[in-house]
Amino acid sequence: MEKATPRYIIDDRERGIFRVNRRAFIDPECLEEERRRIFDRCWIYVGHESEVPHPGDYRSREVAGRPVILVRGDDGAVRVLLNTCTHRGAFVCRQRTGNAKTFQCPYHAWTFNNCGQLVGVPGEESYSDAFSRDELALASPAQVSSYRGFVFACFDRNTESLPDYLAGAREYLDLVADQSEIGMKVVPGEQSYSARANWKLLVENSYDGYHGLPTHQRYFSFLGDIGIDVRSRNLSRPPHQIPLDLGNGHAVVEYQSAWGRPIAHWVPPFGEHRKAHFEETRRRFEERFGKERAWRICETSRNLGIFPNLVINDIMAITIRTFFPVSPDYMQVNAWALAPVDESAEDSALRLDNFLTFLGPGGFATPDDVEMLESCQRGFRNREVEWSDISRGMKREHPAITDELQMRAFWRRWNQLMTEPQVRRARRAA
Amino acid sequence: MSTTLPSRQEVEDFLYREAALLDEWRLEEWQEMMTDDAVYQVPPTDVPEGDARNTLFIIADDSVRLRSRVKQLLGKSAWAENPPSRTRRLITNVRILGEQDGCVLVTANFAVHRMRYESVDTYIGRYHYKLVRSGNDFRIRERRAILDNEALRPHGKISFIL
Repeated sequence: MEKATPRYIIDDRERGIFRVNRRAFIDPECLEEERRRIFDRCWIYVGHESEVPHPGDYRSREVAGRPVILVRGDDGAVRVLLNTCTHRGAFVCRQRTGNAKTFQCPYHAWTFNNCGQLVGVPGEESYSDAFSRDELALASPAQVSSYRGFVFACFDRNTESLPDYLAGAREYLDLVADQSEIGMKVVPGEQSYSARANWKLLVENSYDGYHGLPTHQRYFSFLGDIGIDVRSRNLSRPPHQIPLDLGNGHAVVEYQSAWGRPIAHWVPPFGEHRKAHFEETRRRFEERFGKERAWRICETSRNLGIFPNLVINDIMAITIRTFFPVSPDYMQVNAWALAPVDESAEDSALRLDNFLTFLGPGGFATPDDVEMLESCQRGFRNREVEWSDISRGMKREHPAITDELQMRAFWRRWNQLMTEPQVRRARRAA
Repeated sequence: MSTTLPSRQEVEDFLYREAALLDEWRLEEWQEMMTDDAVYQVPPTDVPEGDARNTLFIIADDSVRLRSRVKQLLGKSAWAENPPSRTRRLITNVRILGEQDGCVLVTANFAVHRMRYESVDTYIGRYHYKLVRSGNDFRIRERRAILDNEALRPHGKISFIL
């Protein structure tokens, strides 16, 4: 007999009540289901094309539990290769980053070129006629695709195409990608950290407008100290702040913020000498995109969550953040800074400086976020309290970013994938 | 103009005093050990020799940010350190590398243990100091904590002064 599907969420739209069962954060069986139903089925962010700019450039990293190589082949194409020798399993790439014509397995010296093809097998004459180099090329995820430079992999060939999957999130990736006429690049330096908390707590936190003032009090007092008037903008008034369900579990909050934005929202700490340059940048955006879109790019901040585990926050700088569960109460986090390729050295330094005021494991905000997530996770040991409440703003006609619409968009999609009957997919005949 | 290099013992005494002030959360006194233009940096674990102007660091404080960091840590709303963690610093292998632009260049190894909520996280690495003479004492002009840890795992954060 099949086990009854656990009830993970209460979604009472009539009464305006939304709750998540805390088993979703603590139950090892739930994590196993997530691996199968979410991480093995959804499009998962691997890296940015700018991280491998030249033929042969590669980065090895772990994605959805798989050690993979993000590599640009000599043919110029960016690929994701599974880092395991097709012979007996060893890593063919043992460096974090570099440039290589070939990847040679150190175990028996099978050699693959940077497009993944098997090009060398010592003593190949010892194999039968059935031995095929083609069959033994390095494997790839079932699907690999990129959108505006962001490279994703999907381990299920039946999942919809990447553009369809991204749905409404494409518009928000465009607002980031359009910040340069030449292209965007990941800046050197990876923030590799962790949290002793369930991965979904970081999803919720990354676009949670409600926690800003209490959790990040010290950040706002720092802004005050350096001469930014944090009350100059009414942070709680629509329409300059919008939470949106972007479909397929993706969501965003867009709002005007007190902090400066190195792309083109000047604040006094940036210095008078930069003012004219910021105005010039904004004029160029207006020429390219018109006043309204230029205003959005320059003035508004956006916290974007792409289901299940990619966050792109375009706030006081742009961070790409991805995270994977190791256990129900522990995740690994990687974060990078994204910047226009053509930014001057001085502007780039300002951007990185602005990034560090808030973001990252040594910033004035992220450590307190990690602290709160870890605190929630410890709180969940009180199993008597079964549900978390995510109802805020549910009955409001115009929800605010301090409401919890974003989280509900995530959880509805999550619940759908976790509870829908799993149809054994018939293998389609060619 | 070249100055006479200090003895290792003088430098060790200074670094041990610094470690004690940090472990005891006497951060205002610690701040007095810094010059007015002091810099405090923690490079990312994958680019330990990077330059903060073109590399995303974990921490790259100028003197304004460093003063703010201390103020925050002594206030109430730096939640990651309220209540404050216990730390214990082991400073070893102190070497005086030479002199540059009026600064004494010093390196030392560290193991900094942070205890909180029954976890012990150990930060391993080396310091690079630029010290300037101040009477019979020193002031810190640059303090760089270079981690050997390949990632902040399971540490998760650097919420105290490393």
